[in-house]
Amino acid sequence: MVERRPLTSLLTHFVLVLGVIAIALPIWITFVAATHDQYRMNQVPLPLWPGTHLWDNLSQTLFGAGLSGTEGAPVWLMLFNSLAMALMISLGKIAISLLSAFAIVYFRFPFRMTCFWMIFITLMLPVEVRILPTFEVVANLGMLNSYWGLSIPLIASATATFMFRQVFLTVPDEMLESARIDGAGPMRFFWDILLPLSRTNIAALFVILFIFGWNQYLWPLLITTDTSMTTIVMSIKQMLEAAEQSPQWNIIMTTALLAMIPPIFVVISMQKLFVQGLTETDK
Amino acid sequence: MAEIKLTDLTKSYGPTEVLHHVEGEIKDGEFIVIVGPSGCGKSTLLRMVAGLETVTSGEIAIAGRRVNELEPSARDIAMVFQNYALYPHMSVRENMAYGLKIRKLSKAEINKRVEEAADILEIRQYLDRKPRQLSGGQRQRVAMGRAIVRDPQVFLFDEPLSNLDAKLRVQMRLEIRKLQQRLGVTSIYVTHDQVEAMTLGDRLMVLNGGYVEQFGTPIELYDRPASVFVAGFIGSPAMNFIPAMVEGDTMVLSTQAKLPAISSYRGAALLGIRPEHLTPDENGPIAIDVDMVEQLGANTLLHGKLNGSDHEMVASVPGHVSTETGAQHRFSVASELLHLFDPATEKRLEA
Repeated sequence: MVERRPLTSLLTHFVLVLGVIAIALPIWITFVAATHDQYRMNQVPLPLWPGTHLWDNLSQTLFGAGLSGTEGAPVWLMLFNSLAMALMISLGKIAISLLSAFAIVYFRFPFRMTCFWMIFITLMLPVEVRILPTFEVVANLGMLNSYWGLSIPLIASATATFMFRQVFLTVPDEMLESARIDGAGPMRFFWDILLPLSRTNIAALFVILFIFGWNQYLWPLLITTDTSMTTIVMSIKQMLEAAEQSPQWNIIMTTALLAMIPPIFVVISMQKLFVQGLTETDK
Repeated sequence: MAEIKLTDLTKSYGPTEVLHHVEGEIKDGEFIVIVGPSGCGKSTLLRMVAGLETVTSGEIAIAGRRVNELEPSARDIAMVFQNYALYPHMSVRENMAYGLKIRKLSKAEINKRVEEAADILEIRQYLDRKPRQLSGGQRQRVAMGRAIVRDPQVFLFDEPLSNLDAKLRVQMRLEIRKLQQRLGVTSIYVTHDQVEAMTLGDRLMVLNGGYVEQFGTPIELYDRPASVFVAGFIGSPAMNFIPAMVEGDTMVLSTQAKLPAISSYRGAALLGIRPEHLTPDENGPIAIDVDMVEQLGANTLLHGKLNGSDHEMVASVPGHVSTETGAQHRFSVASELLHLFDPATEKRLEA
């Protein structure tokens, strides 16, 4: 569409602005709430402009006990837990699915297609469906309240395997043959040729998987009982319920604000590769 | 530097045999072109020598060493692919150095070899570029450079020029030939283009349907084609074929035109005449009703039918000939330029 008429551009701008407001307003309110003290937050009407307590709130949330009157973990630890879980999930998923896609595309072994379809069928079994047996397995392995328990059950990924399979199928056969003539063994070919060629796809997938991992709620809730293993997404919900007095919105909103930062950082820093990865077809 | 020996080489995919008992000896430093129509098995044969396809039966020996079971990298060969197969994420220098790096050569040695090859191919100024920043011809050179730096015993080329435009193809063809003569490396080159085959090869192996039709120098193939297929494939425009009957001292064409017999063979035969061997002659025995004229400048192609029959004929006459469609032209042929084939086996009938 290259059409430019005053009315249509007015209309498109109007729709866009509306969209931006719908998305940005809650974030703005979160930010504003994080800059006021507890008393101001419990008065009506709610403030719409930033106050002066951002640094107090931040330091209390990050390094204090968080919510006053509870003995929850400090938020920096939760951030760290979430980060560790999200990174383990996304990097683990990428590593495993890269290798399994490599095996399926480049090796001829018995029951190759069976393997592929078995992986594919697991798409029908997300954590929510298999949550009880998975919990049992993790509990029996003694992985409750550990980073392993948080990440390993979520690490296998049919989607990513399938995606890398498609990426590898677009790499011309001559590339492999050329590498064979150059004397590169299978792992060398994988490392020197395939990985660099799938660079943008890996980045795109990393962004998606990092956010997937970061946003995990049900699984961490189930297997962490120790407060030192709490993730930040869980804690926001707990903070709302924990306090017997009225919710301390300033602290909760500061926590929410902090919880948003890592995913935003990942998206922004990987944006260029992400877009390339989703659109690039040329190999 | 090595000779290559193919002994009773067969390739099957499941029950279908695609190459049948290929035999051939290639001398050290020779440039061999494997030529044939698409699907004749020429690329398969090359890839078997490279080690990218397994050998069903028979033996491939390079420099006297059986290589059937060796990995491509252990055969001491280098291959240039049709689509170049350059690694897109590596610079030209890294592309050329990759094989050497794997072989764990020293940095200095790698640099020396890469730069030597770059000088030979005149691509030194592109060494730090990525393949996508190069034109087709430059990529072709890089692909060759990658082969040269390995300093192999054998070069294998799999239709390396078919992605280039016509002018560049002619230029690269000459360069490949010069390069091969300069380096003296035994080479096998696959193409479907018979002009490329004729100009490049010391010897040509003509494949058809998985069989070797003939293996010889370009001139042998042109002067004494072993079969109807080779006769029709080599030379442009293609040879004319006319059914004939050899009785006594005369060859009677299907149109009752008579030519003197050229061999001791008697009976039904297929007579082959190259278009360029038809000489205009008012009293000649071969009459063509011209229905189309192609002016090529240096010569003129007269397309038509053999008078009194449906046989398509082409005559190539030097210089300019002006004629109308429907006009009849008569030609004669020197009897030593006639080719005679057995109509049943399509093999050449020797004098």
